[in-house]
Amino acid sequence: MTSTMHGRHKLAFTLLAWGLALLIFFPILWTLLTSFKTEADAVAIPPKLLGFDWTTENYAEVWQRTDYLRHFGNSVVISLGSSLIGLCAAIPAAWAMAFSPTRHTRFVLLWMLSTKMLPAVGVLVPIYLLFKRGGLLDTRTGLVLVLMLSNLPIMVWMLFTYFKEIPREILEAARMDGATPGRELVHVLAPMALPGIASTLLLNVILAWNESFWTLNLTAADTGPLTAFIASFSAPEGLFYAKLSAASTLAIAPIVVLGWLSQRQLVRGLTFGAVK
Amino acid sequence: MASIALQRVSKTFGTHTVIAGFDLEIEAGELVVFVGPSGCGKSTLLRLIAGLEEVSSGELLIDGRDVTHLPPSRRGLSMVFQSYALYPHMSVRDNIAFPLKMAGQDRATIQDKVSEAARILNLQDYLDRKPRELSGGQRQRVAIGRAIVREPIAFLFDEPLSNLDAALRVNMRLEIAELHRQLGTTMIYVTHDQVEAMTLADRIVVLNAGRVEQVGSPLELYRRPATLFVAGFIGSPRMNLLSGAEAARHAAATVGIRPEHVALSTTQGQWQGQVGLVEHLGSDTFVHVEVAGVGTITARASGDLQVRYGDLLWLTPQLDCLHRFDEHGRAIG
Repeated sequence: MTSTMHGRHKLAFTLLAWGLALLIFFPILWTLLTSFKTEADAVAIPPKLLGFDWTTENYAEVWQRTDYLRHFGNSVVISLGSSLIGLCAAIPAAWAMAFSPTRHTRFVLLWMLSTKMLPAVGVLVPIYLLFKRGGLLDTRTGLVLVLMLSNLPIMVWMLFTYFKEIPREILEAARMDGATPGRELVHVLAPMALPGIASTLLLNVILAWNESFWTLNLTAADTGPLTAFIASFSAPEGLFYAKLSAASTLAIAPIVVLGWLSQRQLVRGLTFGAVK
Repeated sequence: MASIALQRVSKTFGTHTVIAGFDLEIEAGELVVFVGPSGCGKSTLLRLIAGLEEVSSGELLIDGRDVTHLPPSRRGLSMVFQSYALYPHMSVRDNIAFPLKMAGQDRATIQDKVSEAARILNLQDYLDRKPRELSGGQRQRVAIGRAIVREPIAFLFDEPLSNLDAALRVNMRLEIAELHRQLGTTMIYVTHDQVEAMTLADRIVVLNAGRVEQVGSPLELYRRPATLFVAGFIGSPRMNLLSGAEAARHAAATVGIRPEHVALSTTQGQWQGQVGLVEHLGSDTFVHVEVAGVGTITARASGDLQVRYGDLLWLTPQLDCLHRFDEHGRAIG
C-alpha cells in the first residue's frame, strides 16, 4: 500500500517535472521550428506545429545577408573578455572578504549586490556620455568594461560563497609552510576552488553572451555581438518571424552547446557546498 | 631547536579576553603540552605563537628574538593541525614538498628531503596518492611529514590526534614521542586529553579559562596539584573530591584522594558503602562505591578483585596522600 502510494507520488512528480521542463523549453523549441518554416507558415493561424514545409532557406538568407561570424567573434571576445577580467578582480576581492572579514564585510557584499537591483536604464545616459567622451562607443573594449563591471557583484558573491566552503586551516597551513598571500592564492586557494571558479566563469560568459541592454545601446555596426545581430532582423516594415527565428537559433546555438557540454560542471558549481 | 618565551601575552576578541597576561619560558628541545578543557584558550595560545592570530599585548620571543609582529612564514615554525589541513589537490609527495618549494629549494634537494621524510614516517608507498586515498593515520603522518621536512626550529601540534580512533591514537602518540626523541626539536603540543599530556610531555601547562592553573612535569602535577582544577583534571579516573564535613575534619574546604590511594576491605575501614559501577580493565579494576554522607568514591583495585553491584565494602583513604584545598581551590600546605 505504502509502496504503491510512493510509486504514484514519484510518477506525479516525474510528470510535473517533465511538464515544467517542456514549458520552459517550449519557446526555444518554437523558435527552432519556426526557423525551418516559410514566412507564410511562420505566421499561419492556427499555428503549424510540425505539419509544414521544412526549409533551410532562412538560414541561407541570414548567412548571406549578414556577417554572422563577425558578430559571433564579437560575442566571444566580449563575453569571455569581460568574464576573465572580472575573475581577476573578483578572486582577490572574494578571497579577502571570505578569509579576512571585517564587521563591514556583510555590508560591502550587500551593497555590491544592491547595484544589480538598480535598473540599468537609470545609468544609461551617464554611461553613454562617459563612453562618448572616452571614445569607447561601439568598441569591444567598452563593452568588455561595462559587462565586466555589471557582472562583478555576481562574480564576487559566487566566489565568496565557494571560498567560504574551503577550510580555513588549509590556508593557514600554507601560511605556516612559508607561502606569501599571493602564492597561497595561486597554489592553494585557486586550485581548490577550481570548480567554483569554473562555474562562475561559465555563468558569467552566459550572462554576458545573452546581455542585450548595453550591447544594443552602446554598439553600432562594428562591434555588435549576436544580440545586435538578432535585433537587426526586426525591421521597421514588419517582423520576418522565420528569419528572425533562424537568426535567434544561430545566436543561441553556441551558448546552448556550451551549456550542454558543461552542465555537470554548472550544476556542481551552483550546488557547491549545499551538501557535504 | 629554539627556546620560546611568552611575556605578558594577552589576546582579546572584541571585549572578550581569551588569554590574559600569559608568561611562559619554553626551553630548547623541550616538549611542552598545553592541556585544558574546550574553550580554555589553549589553541588560541598556540595560534598566537604560530602567528596565525595577532597578539593583543605582550611579547613573543623565539631564541631571544622578538617575533611578536612577524608573519607565520617568517617565524620558522611548523604546525600540525587537528584536521590535518592537507592540500587535497596535491599528491602526498607534493604536500610534503610544498614548504620546500615555497622556500625556493632546488629540485634535487626537495626530492632528497621528501624521500627522507617519507622513510621516517613510513610513507614511501603512498607518495603518489592523493590525501583522500589515505586513512586518517596516514593523513596525519603526511601532515607531520610536511612539518618536519622544512626542519623547523619548533613544532606546534594542535590536537593532532583528536580525529583518530583510539587504537591509532595510541600508536601515533608513540610515534610523536619517538619523533621528538629522534629530532630533539622543541615541540608545543595542544590537547584536551590529559592522558596524551601525561604520556608525551616534559612539562605540562594546565589552562583554565585563559589562565595558567599550573606548570610542571606530569608527575609533579599528578602528585602535587596546585589547584582543585588541576587535581580534578589530571588523572584518570579523576581524583575523588570531597567537601563538607569530611573536608572540615582535615581543616580544608575540599579534600581529594586518588583512586589508587583508597584501600578496599570486606571487613573494616573508615567508610562503608555499597558497590555501584565496576570497571574491569584487566590489569586494574575501578570500583565506584556509594558512601552515605560522603558521596561516590572511586577506588582502584587489582584486576582479580571479584565484587558485584550491591556488595558492601569498606574503604580507607591513605591519609598521607590526601590533598587539601582552601575555599579558593588552592592547595594547602
